[in-house]
Amino acid sequence: MAAALGASPPAAPPAVVRPPRELTSSWPLADRLGYWACWATGIGLCAIAAAIVLFMFVKGISTLRPSLFVESPAPSLRQSQSGGFLDPLVGTLIVTAIGIVLAAPAGVAIAAWLSEYGRPTWLARAVESTIETIAGVPSVVLAIFGLIIFSQSFLGFLSQRTVNGTVTATSFLVAGAVMALLALPLIFGATREALAQLPGRLREGSYALGKTRITTIRTVLLPAIRPGLASGIVLGIGRIVGDTAIVVFLLGETLKNEPANGVPLLGTLRGTGSTLTSYVYKNSPAGEGNAPQKAYAAAFVLMVIVLVLNATVTRLTSGGRPGGGNAFRLLKYWPLGR
Amino acid sequence: MTPPPVRRIAVDREPNVAAPRAPVNGTRPSAAPAGTTRRPATTVRERMRAESLWLAYGENWVVRDVSLPVRQGEVLALIGASGSGKTTFLRSLNRLTEITAGAARSGRITLDGQEIYELEVNELRRRVSMVFQQPNPFPMSIFDNVAYALAEQRPPRGRRRRRRTPELEQAVVDALRRAGLHEEIAGDLDRPALKLSGGQQQRLCIARALAAQPEVLLLDEPCSALDPISTATIEELIVGLRESVAIVIVTHNLQQAFRVADHVAFMHLGELVEYGTSEQVFDHPTVQRTRDYISGAFG
Amino acid sequence: MILGASNQADRRVGAGARADKRAERTLGALSASVLLLITLMVVTVGINAWPSFSANGLSWFGPGGDVVTQFRAMHAGIPLPGHELLYFRAWPLIWGTLVVTVISVAIALVVATLAAVFMTEFAPAPVRRMLEPVVRLLAGVPSVVYGLIGILAIVPWVNENLISNARRQSVAYVVQLSGADLATAALILTIMIVPIMIALSADALASVPVAWREGSTALGVNRWRTIWRVSLRTARPALAAATVLATARALGEAIMLAMVSGGRPFAANPLDGLTFFFEPVQPLGATIVQEFGGATTGPVASTIYAIAAVLLFSAALLSFAGWAVKQPLKRYGIGV
Repeated sequence: MAAALGASPPAAPPAVVRPPRELTSSWPLADRLGYWACWATGIGLCAIAAAIVLFMFVKGISTLRPSLFVESPAPSLRQSQSGGFLDPLVGTLIVTAIGIVLAAPAGVAIAAWLSEYGRPTWLARAVESTIETIAGVPSVVLAIFGLIIFSQSFLGFLSQRTVNGTVTATSFLVAGAVMALLALPLIFGATREALAQLPGRLREGSYALGKTRITTIRTVLLPAIRPGLASGIVLGIGRIVGDTAIVVFLLGETLKNEPANGVPLLGTLRGTGSTLTSYVYKNSPAGEGNAPQKAYAAAFVLMVIVLVLNATVTRLTSGGRPGGGNAFRLLKYWPLGR
Repeated sequence: MTPPPVRRIAVDREPNVAAPRAPVNGTRPSAAPAGTTRRPATTVRERMRAESLWLAYGENWVVRDVSLPVRQGEVLALIGASGSGKTTFLRSLNRLTEITAGAARSGRITLDGQEIYELEVNELRRRVSMVFQQPNPFPMSIFDNVAYALAEQRPPRGRRRRRRTPELEQAVVDALRRAGLHEEIAGDLDRPALKLSGGQQQRLCIARALAAQPEVLLLDEPCSALDPISTATIEELIVGLRESVAIVIVTHNLQQAFRVADHVAFMHLGELVEYGTSEQVFDHPTVQRTRDYISGAFG
Repeated sequence: MILGASNQADRRVGAGARADKRAERTLGALSASVLLLITLMVVTVGINAWPSFSANGLSWFGPGGDVVTQFRAMHAGIPLPGHELLYFRAWPLIWGTLVVTVISVAIALVVATLAAVFMTEFAPAPVRRMLEPVVRLLAGVPSVVYGLIGILAIVPWVNENLISNARRQSVAYVVQLSGADLATAALILTIMIVPIMIALSADALASVPVAWREGSTALGVNRWRTIWRVSLRTARPALAAATVLATARALGEAIMLAMVSGGRPFAANPLDGLTFFFEPVQPLGATIVQEFGGATTGPVASTIYAIAAVLLFSAALLSFAGWAVKQPLKRYGIGV
């Protein structure tokens, strides 16, 4: 049978029928249970996240007043007179700033070295493993480490001394320095991923023009990965903002920011204080506080900050922008014990 | 330097009686003298039939009004240039086009008289098996690969541990024999499948597809990633299988189509341009476009 | 460097190469300094932990008395009768850590696998787009907020609804039950570690070669069985790596556990049956937070440093385990 259909005019496309998707009703029961379990887990996770956000919203909004943002904490047994959380807010800012200022250049530099030079190979591998190990060290242990190191006499200038001469090792500088260790793996990871995703022709083009590697890094590669760098820094900020253990150990017992020797501004860095996280902790029953409303309000502010930071990272990495990287994959650098 | 003559693969290893024919010019597979024509199979029965099949991805109609029969006892080759819709047509025969979102179809495809869209899709795919272009054995042992579909088929009944029952072993050995792989790997069925060579992996995929005793075997350019020796082995295998399984093969290689096929369908831009026995299509194509394609004017 | 270069271009190239070498050395030195940092960490924590370990020997890890009285003795400076000042037996803390970690990692593994399968295979596109920010959100919530919700909302609920008076009576002679217990801690810890496991698992599942999944579908195997027999099997090493990472995280969690696990270093007794889950525990990290008095020297500090050393050692061990588990992944080129 030799049919030659090419001769007749092509027929008009008929009405379209979408084929049915594979119906799970035909599967054996065990498979269907698995399917439903997957659905239940996915929806359940969304429900839990929504519950957390809504709960914090409801509890936090009821106590939140604009005055809270501008009043310092004051010791008082009555909620309405115990002040707001201006100092903790400022404290969070200071600690984050110090941490990022220390961690960002280091993280970028190490990632650039690893990605562009990386010789000798054993050193590169060792550095990479070390940073992953640092990411895995609990923040309580980092806090203890900071305590040990900074209570050495020769580092006393970074904090204060007590009456009998021992170094307190509690100050913004100390806490910020240790916070840098939290942010370092995230910034390192983000920079490395962003550099790895750059096309090779960027580097080849620059070398072909006779530029040295360091110039290429400075003028070509780093500008190209700006969104990735930014998302790494934002993730680092998120990590620092959310950490409590380091603050509880290294920032002292006070809720207000007490500058060293009472010298305002200049003495603040060497003085003790609090951040939003330690404020929440101390006002909760665990921290022997009795101000759950204040705790909820401050926690709500924390959640808002975290949501804003998350949204920023999403915008920076969305749509696969060149140099953006993948925030999802960076979760593996997200250390524990925040 | 003239290329060697193209011969059709004989069945049952019967020697070619006629003398080698005149050299072929260019790449055109020309008529073979009598004696090298292949014996038709003992029984030829229709297994599947596509009637007025239209297939679309999104807004593009990829297959337009194609009607073809698929018969057990013969090899059907689909030839045509890239984008002619032959792979899409092949994939619609076991409803693999469904897994792409936005796929739509119109027309009928029947298996043994039953519309395939009324069958349960997994049962259909066990009866109509497919072998892909790139060999894709699973990262398991050879035995587990071939037994894969069979192990899934048994209904859950109490303890369903994947035991090596004697029936399963026999089925695996049979499938490997049909695929011509058993002699080469007889001893060591627990070896990881990924350690086999490319040609062996593809034959393993064919064995895997045959294990569930399908009625139709679909092959999507099975030899394009393989060396000539493996290709020759698989082509002989395909011809040998046609008695027990209906075979549809998509190929870019006209010589392969000539060697292997009994019926040939030439598709161009989604339409079925010509369909006939391979002698008819290769020697006396009725449509100019077929003539052009076969002589290498395009494609 | 070209000696005696006469023209300007050569001199510029030489200078550039020198600058590059300098830059490489500087950056290399900076990178090597992280090695120094971790060595410093291990050495200083180890040295400061030594007094407590040397005073107790290996029985530091064993049972023997009540941790609360031991700490009280150290605070007061008066050793317990028959023992020295640094006497410490950490077994209740270690047991608490083990139980909480094992339970939450086990549950998280199941939950994360199901969620990852859902994300990569079953979820329709709009749901999938919504899930990624949800997982990132869960990962980003600070542990103190989890602890706050735990201690102010979940603990009272558990206390009122799940712990009957009969149960309370059954262990009243040993310990007081409140809602702050093993179960609450494990539950919240599970939610905290699930996001990273999901991220790694989903990544691994998505990297399974399409050819294998398509081949399985073409053989007439339904989607669930394909996932189970092909995708999950291929992603097994990645799931193991995710488990190791999650265990490391669970071990190091301190603040949330300090708020929610009961504040009482009690070795929960599995022989109590279901009440086992409602008994308070105090994992190692939480102990550091709750027992640290502020002094950086002295017996309490030594003990705290010893606990920190144990945590540091386990973190390093898990880091190595994570590396070891990722090696098989190189075979399939699946990125983790």
